[in-house]
Amino acid sequence: MARSDRVGVAKTYKLYIGGKFPRSESGRSYPVTSESGAFLANASQASRKDLRDAVVAARSAFGGWSGATAYNRGQVLYRVAEVMEGRRDQFIAEVRDAEDVRPRTAESLVDTAIDRWVWYAGWTDKLAAVLGGTNPVAGPYFSFTVPEPTGVVGVLAPQRSSLLGLVSVLAPVLATGCTAAFVSSDARPLPAITLAEVLATSDVPGGVVNLLTGQAAELGPWLASHADVNALDLTGADPEHRTELARSAADTVKRVLRVPEQEPDWTSSPGIGRLRAYLEDKTVWHPMGV
Amino acid sequence: MPVFDYAPAPENRDIARVKQYYQPFIGGGFVDGDGEPLKTLNPATGEVLAEVSTVSSSDVDSAVHAARRAFERVWSPMPGAERAKYIFRIARLIQERARELAVLESLDNGKPIRESRDADIPTAAAYFFYHAGWADKLDYAGLGPSPQPLGVAGQVIPWNFPLLMLAWKIAPALATGNTVVLKPAETTPLTALVFAEICQQADLPPGVVNIVPGAGDVGEMLVTHPDVDKVAFTGSTEVGKLIQRQLAGTRTRLTLELGGKAANIVFDDAPIDQAIEGIVNGIFFNQGHVCCAGSRLLVQESVADEVLSKLRARVETLRLGDPLDKNTDIGAINSAEQLAKIRELVASGEDEGAQRWTSPCPVPEKGFFFAPTVFSGVESSMRIAREEIFGPVLSVQTFRTPDEAVTKANTTPYGLSAGVWTEKGSRILWLTSKLRAGVVWANTFNRFDPAAPFGGYKESGFGREGGRSGLAAYLKGDDDGAV
Repeated sequence: MARSDRVGVAKTYKLYIGGKFPRSESGRSYPVTSESGAFLANASQASRKDLRDAVVAARSAFGGWSGATAYNRGQVLYRVAEVMEGRRDQFIAEVRDAEDVRPRTAESLVDTAIDRWVWYAGWTDKLAAVLGGTNPVAGPYFSFTVPEPTGVVGVLAPQRSSLLGLVSVLAPVLATGCTAAFVSSDARPLPAITLAEVLATSDVPGGVVNLLTGQAAELGPWLASHADVNALDLTGADPEHRTELARSAADTVKRVLRVPEQEPDWTSSPGIGRLRAYLEDKTVWHPMGV
Repeated sequence: MPVFDYAPAPENRDIARVKQYYQPFIGGGFVDGDGEPLKTLNPATGEVLAEVSTVSSSDVDSAVHAARRAFERVWSPMPGAERAKYIFRIARLIQERARELAVLESLDNGKPIRESRDADIPTAAAYFFYHAGWADKLDYAGLGPSPQPLGVAGQVIPWNFPLLMLAWKIAPALATGNTVVLKPAETTPLTALVFAEICQQADLPPGVVNIVPGAGDVGEMLVTHPDVDKVAFTGSTEVGKLIQRQLAGTRTRLTLELGGKAANIVFDDAPIDQAIEGIVNGIFFNQGHVCCAGSRLLVQESVADEVLSKLRARVETLRLGDPLDKNTDIGAINSAEQLAKIRELVASGEDEGAQRWTSPCPVPEKGFFFAPTVFSGVESSMRIAREEIFGPVLSVQTFRTPDEAVTKANTTPYGLSAGVWTEKGSRILWLTSKLRAGVVWANTFNRFDPAAPFGGYKESGFGREGGRSGLAAYLKGDDDGAV
């Protein structure tokens, strides 16, 4: 039998919450098509309940992830890049379908995404040295300041850039030691689901990253008002909704990342602004004396 | 044991040179504002100290306009090394007029002269001195080469450390090349207006610093002013949330330093006598009007009785009374309104079943005073364990294991500060990493220094004041708008 006669095994694309791949508790799904309109898959359409489960999972995972050594987190994140590399062809195909770009462009976007993950992986054990330090206070005290992760970060991932944009907003959350509940691109969720599969097989503890596919417009308000979310990235929100989302974030003094009105060119080099945004300086004092 | 009485040792109030009437400072000059004048009281007597002209919306416009002109024409183009010298001058002028400022602060705020003289004013000078040195070194602030100022900063400060909070706000703003419109608290505007005189004596270019007295409505006009680029607020979490809402969706930068409900954790191996001093300093410093006050004492069960009895014995010796008396430990509550709030929360503690103990110290008949109070048998669900009292009231809970201490300490939406008392170094380091708070004092409490960043986690706000981190609140770095 010729190989082309074989019937392929199509994948069911699901959510990723607490290290597991459940369907939406709402039972809803929505069709995902390529830019040219071809059917690609049915994605789960996450609900408010799924979002709350995702935040609970992210909170439960926070202690372990933030408490891991920076070296350990760096190795786990580097491992993610290794596994991404192994899935390179799959990502290229999915990015090509999702973003309707030429094969060579898709290749370049995927390669940049993998390299970006490596770049962030290397930051874990340097942040404290770059951003923290000892404080020469005027008294017999030893005082030092260390950056610590702020907690659970809610992310509305970019709508256009299905993988590179997603990696660019997600990797810094993890590199700081924060955990994430994120809503993928409405129309281009499939690379995000594959990335979740990579995370599930890369020693990233369950719950550190939680993926919701569905509509940012529906889930955004619940994410922005959730009292157990510490910081918010509204990159993927409709610019017209951002003010309202930022307003509800104020009710629990969330850190709301400053993001450009339009999606930036994700291929340009990142700075450490996204790392800084998810870090809290902690200052410790102790007396000196005999 | 013989008991010695303290003879009265009041500081001379004439040193404060209190004027009958103070004016807003706009564009380098003192001008009458169009707002309803306010009367600021001496909280130790309830008598009027001075009348202060307040600003209207058009005065706020003028102040912001003056700050914008100064920003564009003078202050931001000026080389950092030149800006630095103005800020050094200000630091020195505060030191030169330190006693005058201390007495004025105690008269207007009610805090003991010992604290205004030894803490507030010298630390305010230190903030200017520290930040002055940064003005020509901003390339090393960690924000990339040539970080740029934001523009006009609108700053709103509370009444608990009037001049010190002004210093925390104005010093980093000026060092980074921003200009300032600052609103002092309604009940404590006087030292800010003397600071305005200091700006004149320093020959600071007009418009670089503007002081606009008034109540909350003036604060709102300022923080929502369309030509303000940066808002810095210190005050209650309630108002902080309101400001964050108002600025949502705008390009105005915001930093918030809000309320707290700090846990002060005492382990059974702690040096108890030192810990008692730390507990007292943690909650009774500045009448407990401190956002980072150690208002929740968590004491290990095995030493709870000993700690409580020693604490009561120590608190009984605290002297409550005339803020200008050099022997006074606890001065006046800043306002009748704050006193009513403290009384209401204390009543709720009694109603909810906590055991109240209040020092039997004599309480002056005039003025706003509240005797130091300790509640034991407090449950985490009680209002006195959850809400910021901002007064000399301590809530005591117990714990058995370090894990329980961490859980109880972190069970609050606030995250400003915490204290730990134990002789075991590894436990200190373990706890400091587990406590979700921006400042952790181990075997000490309530230490502040311009070189040490200060600010909160969670609903205690965001952004830092002091240290290199504090500069980021007033600068655009190379990461702005980056991927």
